[in-house]
Amino acid sequence: MAESLAAGRVDTSESYVEHTVRLLVIATMFWGVIGFLIGVIIAFQLAFPVLNFAEWATFGRLRPVHTSGVIFGFGGNALIATSFYVVQRTCRARLFMGEEGAFFVFLGYQLFLVMAAWGYINGISQGREYAEPEWYVDLWLTIVWVVYLLVFLGTLMKRKEPHIYVANWFYLAFIVTVAMLHIVNNLAVPVSFLGTKSYSLFSGVQDALTQWWYGHNAVGFFLTAGFLGIMYYFIPKQAERPVYSYRLSIIHFWALIFLYIWAGPHHLHYTALPDWAQTLGMTFSIMLWMPSWGGMINGIMTLSGAWDKLRVDPVLRFLVVSVAFYGMSTFEGPVMSIKPVNALSHYTDWTIGHVHSGALGWVAFISFGAVYFLVPKLWGARRLYSLKLVSYHFWISTIGIVLYITAMWISGVMQGLMWRSYDQLGFLQYSFVETVEAMHPFYVIRALGGVLFLLGSLIMVYNLVRTARHETRAEKIPVLRTRVPARPSTAGQPAE
Amino acid sequence: MNWSWHGRIEKNSILMLVLVLITVSIGGLVEIVPLYTIESTIERVEGVRPYSPLELAGRNIYIREGCYTCHSQQIRPFRDEIERYGHYSLAAESMYDHPFQWGSKRTGPDLARVGGKYSNDWHVAHLVEPKALVPESIMPPYPALLERNIGSNDMVGDLLANRAVGVPYTDEMIENAMADLRAQADPDGDHEALLARYPKAAVGDFDGQPGRVTEMDAMVAYLQILGRMVDFEKVQPADLVQ
Repeated sequence: MAESLAAGRVDTSESYVEHTVRLLVIATMFWGVIGFLIGVIIAFQLAFPVLNFAEWATFGRLRPVHTSGVIFGFGGNALIATSFYVVQRTCRARLFMGEEGAFFVFLGYQLFLVMAAWGYINGISQGREYAEPEWYVDLWLTIVWVVYLLVFLGTLMKRKEPHIYVANWFYLAFIVTVAMLHIVNNLAVPVSFLGTKSYSLFSGVQDALTQWWYGHNAVGFFLTAGFLGIMYYFIPKQAERPVYSYRLSIIHFWALIFLYIWAGPHHLHYTALPDWAQTLGMTFSIMLWMPSWGGMINGIMTLSGAWDKLRVDPVLRFLVVSVAFYGMSTFEGPVMSIKPVNALSHYTDWTIGHVHSGALGWVAFISFGAVYFLVPKLWGARRLYSLKLVSYHFWISTIGIVLYITAMWISGVMQGLMWRSYDQLGFLQYSFVETVEAMHPFYVIRALGGVLFLLGSLIMVYNLVRTARHETRAEKIPVLRTRVPARPSTAGQPAE
Repeated sequence: MNWSWHGRIEKNSILMLVLVLITVSIGGLVEIVPLYTIESTIERVEGVRPYSPLELAGRNIYIREGCYTCHSQQIRPFRDEIERYGHYSLAAESMYDHPFQWGSKRTGPDLARVGGKYSNDWHVAHLVEPKALVPESIMPPYPALLERNIGSNDMVGDLLANRAVGVPYTDEMIENAMADLRAQADPDGDHEALLARYPKAAVGDFDGQPGRVTEMDAMVAYLQILGRMVDFEKVQPADLVQ
């Protein structure tokens, strides 16, 4: 196998598009650090409001810079980078439209991010969560995204492998569904063609459901399906094991993309959205637990027979722990979608904690794992500069996440309970501002968790820069004493 | 079970693309389309009207500053929320909101019915320095709202864009947009015509600067109309069935 694959690689690898993938990896880390940094700043603003020192730097304006920075900047660049890398290798074909097409996507996407962030700090916003960019930025992103779809689909169509590898199913579903969500949710009428302001086509309750159909599936397709694509390539590669189950990947792929779309109404429980829609949203959110865990099982069980690699390979540790976080937050999500639970959790920090266990634990960790895998390959280094630093990064950010989500669990549940508590005489026991005051210590702990996460990412950047310079740190590379026996079948192993 | 049928999809990228599109379209169609076709989705209550030009300008500032990142405008039908904030929110009350601002987080309190709860002076002082009135507040200060004039801002385009997306602004409202904007913040303005077009609008000099219309005037005018359009004394339970 090794021989034939190696031979196949010599044929094609020279012609793979790699320059733009390198740029996308740099952009991933750039936006990651920016996004984490802004996150830390706004976390401290909630603990110490004096930090709202200028109009452009208030929480309300910086918060979309944080969310767009991490979701679209860090996550989006990670998805585009890995999808370009993976689709070429699993199709054994050079990217459709070559280096130029990929470069247009890279440059266009960075322009989108800069225009969006520049708008936010200047107060240009649609006021739709996770869809804040105004109409002209949305139009530009639509053009870039269509080219991205063409590059990806065109590469699938000229593939030399008979089958489309499972990672690409997820990337494809991510790209087309995000296109659909983006276009519909951002339909708007601009006030003038020279101005920035627009009014959305929808209003009130219909607008609310359209927005959360978009918002929840930004989670489902941007932050889940796309990153499952990363999981399906990089975990088997790093573990050198085939994907656990082919059938499970078929079932959970179709079930996941079918069910996710229905889950939006759970963001609108007990609102003016009609009950039938809320119930439907809750029901599908609970069902969604199954395909989510199908994906988790398929990712984690890929390690069967290779578990001991976790002891010596911190990159694999990032990848596998990310899938464990995925399993945890996709269990918590359905629980929170149950209406009586949601009655307590909604509008509180519990939701923020839930989002971050998914965003930091799953999305960021699997991206870190993939980038640690990619950089030595893309820059032609023998190995990472330091595995020890990867290990430090892993533990520092894990502690950061634990601080973050436990602080938010406590403050969220506490605030929810304080809002609804009555005294012996039947009056509301707490004024609103008393609940704000009670949050303070947890906001400090949360911000410190964020600092650790940011610190970890800076260690990573340092490690990657030295790796790209082909430097290696003199350190004892741990090796497994017992060799892992080869499994007979390699059918699920992605082609190189 | 034989899984070879799936191989056909795996070998045809266009077939896979089409099947994915169909699969992800169903849920949205089933959930969103009926919200337009089922008439009872919007409750049958009276009083909800388009925002006055000054209120709309204030609402745009609310959106610009990202107030929705910390404040909801959606009261849920729970005992504690109704006691704290007032009657639970109706779909009808945001039927002219493009976009909706229901929010998802209450770092600060819900604002769906903040209108009329505090005086204009309270709002101005609070927006300039929240801690001056609520020492424990973590809200950012917005003193710049007092500085910027909007008296000559053109709101006609905004009203027309709103009409294009379905808000029933009349020709009369559009013709008088600029006059209404100034009159609402002018203590000596022609309030009769304004209130005929926009009933219950809060009028007067909001920000203590009678000679000019500032962003602060707009912001307070918007906050003071929130939740006041529907008269719940007149609402029958049957009107609220969705």
